[in-house]
Amino acid sequence: MSKAILYDSTMCIGCKACEGACAERWHLPYGDKVAAEQRLSAHKLTAIQTFGEHFSRRLCMHCAEPTCASVCPVGALHKTSLGPVVYDAKKCMGCRYCMTACPFQVPAYEWNSRLPKVRKCDMCYDRQRAGRLTACAEACPTGATTCGDRDALIAEARRRLAAKPGDYYQRIYGLQEVGGTSVLYLSAVPFEQIGLRTNLPQQPLPQLTWRVLEALPNVVSVGSVLLGGVWWITNRRDDVARAEGGKKR
Amino acid sequence: MNGRTLPRFTIWRAVFAVLMVAGAYATYLRVRYGLGGVTNLSDQFPWGIWIAFDILCGVGLAAGGFTLVAVVHIFNIHRYKPILRPAILTAFLGYVLVVLALMFDLGRPDRIWHPLIMWNPHSVMFEVAWCVTLYTTVLALEFAPAVFEKLGWHKPLDWLKFISVPLMIVGVLLSTLHQSSLGSLYLIVPHKLYGLWYTPLLPVFFYLSSICMGLAMTIFESWHSSRAFGRDLELPLAAGLARVLAVLLMTLLFVRFLDLGERGMLGLLRVNRTETWLFGLEILLLAVPMVLLFRRRVRWNPSKLYGCAVMVLFGFITNRLNVAITGMEAGSGTHYVPRWTEVAVTLAIIALGFAIFRVVAQYFPIFDAHHENEARAAQPVREAADERVPAGVG
Repeated sequence: MSKAILYDSTMCIGCKACEGACAERWHLPYGDKVAAEQRLSAHKLTAIQTFGEHFSRRLCMHCAEPTCASVCPVGALHKTSLGPVVYDAKKCMGCRYCMTACPFQVPAYEWNSRLPKVRKCDMCYDRQRAGRLTACAEACPTGATTCGDRDALIAEARRRLAAKPGDYYQRIYGLQEVGGTSVLYLSAVPFEQIGLRTNLPQQPLPQLTWRVLEALPNVVSVGSVLLGGVWWITNRRDDVARAEGGKKR
Repeated sequence: MNGRTLPRFTIWRAVFAVLMVAGAYATYLRVRYGLGGVTNLSDQFPWGIWIAFDILCGVGLAAGGFTLVAVVHIFNIHRYKPILRPAILTAFLGYVLVVLALMFDLGRPDRIWHPLIMWNPHSVMFEVAWCVTLYTTVLALEFAPAVFEKLGWHKPLDWLKFISVPLMIVGVLLSTLHQSSLGSLYLIVPHKLYGLWYTPLLPVFFYLSSICMGLAMTIFESWHSSRAFGRDLELPLAAGLARVLAVLLMTLLFVRFLDLGERGMLGLLRVNRTETWLFGLEILLLAVPMVLLFRRRVRWNPSKLYGCAVMVLFGFITNRLNVAITGMEAGSGTHYVPRWTEVAVTLAIIALGFAIFRVVAQYFPIFDAHHENEARAAQPVREAADERVPAGVG
């Protein structure tokens, strides 16, 4: 069973308890200054954002087919069967392709470190493996952030949409975006109004590059035969010309 | 007394010295304060000019190596042989400098070797890393004969000759793969890259344009070396390359616009945005030399030919910068302007390239390789005759 997080913007009161719990879990400094930042960064792996009277929460989306894991040349990122997308800092060489490629602009970099790492939410992989809730879900006083099996959370989200149709924009963000994510959103207003990207395809992005990479063995085999053939023909033509030239002489 | 031992002062040497000092200081800052201390990169915009120029343009500009190897040794068009070795040297130097630039850009340059043992075949970057590593090795082997000739080592020379054909085929294949893959890198950001540049054909465009860059670079570098070393420009050869270049440019521009039309993006050209103007600049810098190079008078005039080659180079540099920077800004929701230290490192690397090329060309048989080969051949007369025969047959 794959784990997921459901964030219900209509229930969020913007108390930022999730931010504090997250910082504590990662041993990152957290004070008024950090709390005021509305953007993910190497020292803030989840952020509450304000859009008028609505709140939104940013964190790694833990895609079903993560773009970051597909683009990483050294395989430092991978999707666990439990659901979280985790990062192995020991492999990372800092090319930052994951940051360029992530459709949700999540991975952050320790720009000012001499031995920098990528930083992002790992959905409390260690806690979840031990059967515990994520730190943010545990800290949330209103139940705006809940954590559990993805299928169960989708069912719960549908129940809420049906129970109070007037309170919700009738869609679940994360159900199909880039092939589905393990973080799901409910909102009172269309998702672009709470800062979520809505121009994403429903297909997982890794397919776009895999389609090309898949063809490489063919390019190599056809290419080498072709180039070898061209060489053989042109070389042979020169040999023949040389032999004929010799006869004439 | 002291004045005699100092190198002669010229304006270019002064420029070189300034660039080296600035580059060295920027390097110190990079090592001391990390990427954040010397670049304007951010979480929103993680790739700057070190990727856009040093890597994307650098690899493209080094494409003359594989292009001319294919022309001379695979298609066996021997008359281009005199400009083959300079092209291979340019390519080899180009790749070494690309790797050097990568050492600045990688967050952990000490782990540059990681892709060789930690595999992810789903990653375009992984494929590029392998191809660049292998191809740099191939270029070293393709350039090695110049060194061995200089040193008079005939045994390894014969050995290299024995493996030369498969080696060259492998080199052309590796180049095809990674030149196109630099375009494939951006296939995964359809939501970020502006419509004028995002297309499923990115790998094809990057590949075709790399051949154009390689040809333009070969013309550029023959013109410069003819001046630096007081030799005649191999005008018939440069003009021949220029003709191919014109045809390739036409094909490329035609397919570019066909693709824009097919994807319904031509309307973007009427929008008054930075992207539109920089796209216009890119197209102008390619279309103007294309039209000019179709004229024989331009192709056979050294300075006009040189001017066209420079325009083509700037056209494709604009293209790469547009893909990696201009086209990515809006989608990333931010602006990026490089910091002086980023520019200093880039300029120092370019200057280093020019300087090393000059020194190597001076001390190794690069330009007169052709004649030396003939002198070493058992039957010099027959070898010379060979050159003319295919032309007569074809």
